[in-house]
Amino acid sequence: MLSLELLQGAVLLTSALVVIALILNVWRMLRGPDITDRILALDTLYINSIALIILLGLYNGSALYFEGALLIAMLGFVSTAALCKYLLRGDIVE
Amino acid sequence: MKRWLLPMPLHSLLLLLVWLLLNGFSAGHFVLGLFLAWLIPVLTAPYSDHQSRAGKPLVVIRYVLRLLLDIVLSNVDVARRVLKSNHSLQPGFVAFPLALQGDFPLTVLASTISLTPGTVSVDFSEDKQWLYIHALHITDEQALIDDIKQHYEKPLQEIFSC
Amino acid sequence: MESVVHSIAAVLLLIGGFFVFVGSVGLLKLPDFFTRLHAPTKATTMGIGAILLASMVLTTMRDGSLSIHELVISLFLFITAPVSAHMLAKAALHRRVKFLDHSKNAELAARAAEQKNPD
Repeated sequence: MLSLELLQGAVLLTSALVVIALILNVWRMLRGPDITDRILALDTLYINSIALIILLGLYNGSALYFEGALLIAMLGFVSTAALCKYLLRGDIVE
Repeated sequence: MKRWLLPMPLHSLLLLLVWLLLNGFSAGHFVLGLFLAWLIPVLTAPYSDHQSRAGKPLVVIRYVLRLLLDIVLSNVDVARRVLKSNHSLQPGFVAFPLALQGDFPLTVLASTISLTPGTVSVDFSEDKQWLYIHALHITDEQALIDDIKQHYEKPLQEIFSC
Repeated sequence: MESVVHSIAAVLLLIGGFFVFVGSVGLLKLPDFFTRLHAPTKATTMGIGAILLASMVLTTMRDGSLSIHELVISLFLFITAPVSAHMLAKAALHRRVKFLDHSKNAELAARAAEQKNPD
């Protein structure tokens, strides 16, 4: 069926775009220059990896991947918040 | 009596809904969700502050639809600016004078601003009279402020009646 | 019917992939931290939103019942994205991260960092 092939092509193409996006994020993370840039890159990295996991779930036709995606979403947010809090509080002598 | 039964009815409803969304709709999960939706608010109610109540569901729906539309438009706009040459970009800070009051309404406003066209809310002033915004591209500062006032702050004032 | 759903999902996927990609290009390409903050917080929420919508449409068709798992993830991301953007901006102001010299109202950054009024 043509439309199914079209869909499979779309899934693969989107995965390719997301993987390139992940590589660009890693590049920014390595380059910095400031630590906030690295955290921002990490934040984007986890959001994009959610996209990749969803695409993998679509490709394999399994619903199990959503639990993983949800976990990444929650842990990613908490870690970004924790890192920012550390930057805000860590270098203040209290 | 009310404290033991349903201290936060809206929270309970939300908890039940999220539980069902996560686990699928079935009788067993409905009962378990109902129990959790009762237990968690009862345990956490003593620690929560009083928050402003939202009213006017019609305005809320209009606000959400408008926000979704703006998110789509803002994405196209930001995508275009990113892909074009970045030399002509004029980023900058804007101080937004707040008429809105209350922690929860202000959080909603700040989140809305962060989600829409080329603006990120940076911080509040200590007395919550000013909101600092960073914009990706400023052509007219006053127009930006008026736009936010007209499209987001006014409806929020209506919703939270403050 | 099936081919229509497949085509809609394919288009949504490509839109999502495009925005995820543009967000990351922006993260790499834009000149200073505060401008870089814009690209991912917006483009990725939209990108993920479109991809999740595609997944929702497809799963709903395959299982024959409405699938709203995906809605939870996108809702969560839409609530958390502004919060992380705000915290990152706050941290950057606190650390006095350099920004473009020709930024408008650059003096406001220092006022914002101390949570003072603008004047």
